[in-house]
Amino acid sequence: MNVIVCVKQIPDPALPGELDPDHTLKRDVKLILDESDMYGVEMALQLVDAAGGGEVTLVSMAPNSEKGGLRTALAMGAAKAVLVSDGSLAGSDSLGTARVLARAVERAGGADLVLTATESTDGYTGTVPGQVAELLGWPSLTFAKKVDVADGKVTIQRQTEAGYDVVEAPLPAVVSVTAGVVEPRYPSFKGIMAAKNKPIDECTPSDLGLSGDQVGWSGARQEIVSVAAAPEREAGEKIEDDGTAHERVVAFLEELKLI
Amino acid sequence: MAIGKVLVFAEADGAAVSSATLELLTKAREIGDAVEAVIVSADAAAVAPQLGEYGAAVVHAADPQGRLSGVVGAAALASVVASSAPAVVLCAQSYDGRDAISHLSARIDRPVLTNAVDVRVDGDALVAQSAMFGGNTLVDTKLTSGQPWLVVVRPKSFAAEPGGAAAGEVVSLGDLELGRSGEAAVLDKHVEEREGPQLEEAAVVVSGGRGIGSAENYGPLVDDLAGLLNGASGATRAIVDAGWVPYSKQVGQTGKTVKPKLYVAVGISGATQHLVGMKGSDTIIAINKDPEAPIFSVADLGIVGDATTVVPRIVEAIRARG
Repeated sequence: MNVIVCVKQIPDPALPGELDPDHTLKRDVKLILDESDMYGVEMALQLVDAAGGGEVTLVSMAPNSEKGGLRTALAMGAAKAVLVSDGSLAGSDSLGTARVLARAVERAGGADLVLTATESTDGYTGTVPGQVAELLGWPSLTFAKKVDVADGKVTIQRQTEAGYDVVEAPLPAVVSVTAGVVEPRYPSFKGIMAAKNKPIDECTPSDLGLSGDQVGWSGARQEIVSVAAAPEREAGEKIEDDGTAHERVVAFLEELKLI
Repeated sequence: MAIGKVLVFAEADGAAVSSATLELLTKAREIGDAVEAVIVSADAAAVAPQLGEYGAAVVHAADPQGRLSGVVGAAALASVVASSAPAVVLCAQSYDGRDAISHLSARIDRPVLTNAVDVRVDGDALVAQSAMFGGNTLVDTKLTSGQPWLVVVRPKSFAAEPGGAAAGEVVSLGDLELGRSGEAAVLDKHVEEREGPQLEEAAVVVSGGRGIGSAENYGPLVDDLAGLLNGASGATRAIVDAGWVPYSKQVGQTGKTVKPKLYVAVGISGATQHLVGMKGSDTIIAINKDPEAPIFSVADLGIVGDATTVVPRIVEAIRARG
C-alpha cells in the first residue's frame, strides 16, 4: 500500500512569531517539520508496515526551497518527497495550498491513502484536508484517532464531542489524524544518514499546471485591512506555596461563590 | 448597514441546537438582511422552532442517511448557494463545520476565512477579525473574492440572543450530489460516559498541562477538581500530543476556545498556543512551579508551587467542607 502524507515546514513555534510587512506570518526563516505532521508520518509508516509492502511519500509546499523539515520526515522512514517550491506561493490561503497539495498528490501518483494533520500549528485553518479531498474527488475522513486499512477500505475512529464515530470509506481517500494517537519514532542515526540521499522532486506551481492567479496572494482573494494589539489582561495576586497556598485558593473559590 | 442574505450552517444534537449555531444566528441577524440556515438532520422539524427563534426564517434540511454530517452539509450549502445566492455563509469552527466549509470552498471555488472571533460589515464588504500570537494581535481581513464569502467562527466569540421570531420554514433539499465524498459512511456512534457540563459550555474549566507529571495524574488532579466545582476538564496541546488525553479536550489555538467564569490552569506554563484559547475567561487561577511562567501574567490568582502537591490539598479541603 502506498500512502502520501501532506507535511508542512513552519517557523519554529517555540520562537516568538513575526509578521512580514504584508501582515502575513514571516516564513522566510529557518523552517522545521510541523510537529503535528509527525503523527501522520508515523501512522503512514505503521500502515505500510501492516500492509506488508509499499512506501510512504511526502508532499509539501514552501515559498523557498526549504527541505530541512522534509529531511526529518524522510529520516523517520518516508521513501521520497515532492516539494512544490516557488516565491509565487507566498501568501497562499488554505484553498491555494490545497490546490498545490492535490496536484502534488497526483504528480507523486499511485496513492491508496493521503494522510494529513488535523490543522497546521502556524496557520491552523483546519480546512486543507477537506479541500484536498474535494479537489481530488475523494472522500475525506477527518479527525481520526485510529486508522485501519483492510480489503480496499479505510476505517477510522472519528473524534466527536461525545466520543467517537466509526467511519469507513473505500480507497483512495483522505484522512486527517489528530495528535497523540501514535507515538512518532525518533529518527535513527542510520535513518538520518539515509535521508540525505532520498529523492526530493522539487517542482513549481506551473509544473503542476497551476496559474499564478490560483496560488499565492492573488489566489487568496483576501486583503488584510488592519493589525492591532489586543487589550492586555492584568496579572493579579501571585503567592509562593509555603504549604498553605491551598487555603488561599479555597478562600478565593468561596469569594467566587463556587463552593 | 446590512449585507444581503446570510446562510448559517446549523448543527444540533437531536433537537438541541448547538450554542455555537445560536451565536452565529445572532450575529447573522446583525449583519444580514435575511437569515437562513442549513441543517443536516433526519428531523428538521424538531430544530426549526429554535432556529427560527434565533433568526433563521428558512431552514434548508438535508437527511444525512448514514453519511458524514459535514460532507452532506457542504452539498446542502452548495445547493442553496446555487439556488438563492447568499452573500455570506457562516459556520462554526467545529468538527462538522470544518468538514462542511472545506468541501464547500473547494466545490464552489471560494476562499474561506477561519478562526474569526468577530464579523462586521464595512461599507459593502465583510470584515472578519481573528487573533494571533496568543491573542496579543488582532487581524482584520476582508474577502475580495466573489460572493458568497465563507467565514468560520470560533465558538464563544459572541453571545447568543433570541430574536423571538416564529419557527423557520422547513424546506427539504431532497437528493444531493455528493460524488465520492458521499462514500464515507458512519457505521457506528460511540458515546463516552461524561459527568458534568461540556467543555465549551461549562462555567468552570480545570485544565492540565505537563506540570501534572503523568497521564495517570490527570484524573486526580484535573478531573476530580473539575468535578468538585461542577466544571469540565480541559488540556494543553502538549499533553494531547503526548497522548495523555484526547484532542476533544484541547484548549487553545489548535483546539477549543473557552470563556468560563473560572479557569483553573494546573501545571500549565502558558504558551501563546494555550493562552489564546482561555484568556477571555472571567477569572483565572494558575498553579505552576516556574515563577516566570507566562500563565501568571494573565492569572488573577497565581500559586507558585508544584501542582502535584497543591491540587490534592485543594481537593481534600473542598471535600472536607462536605
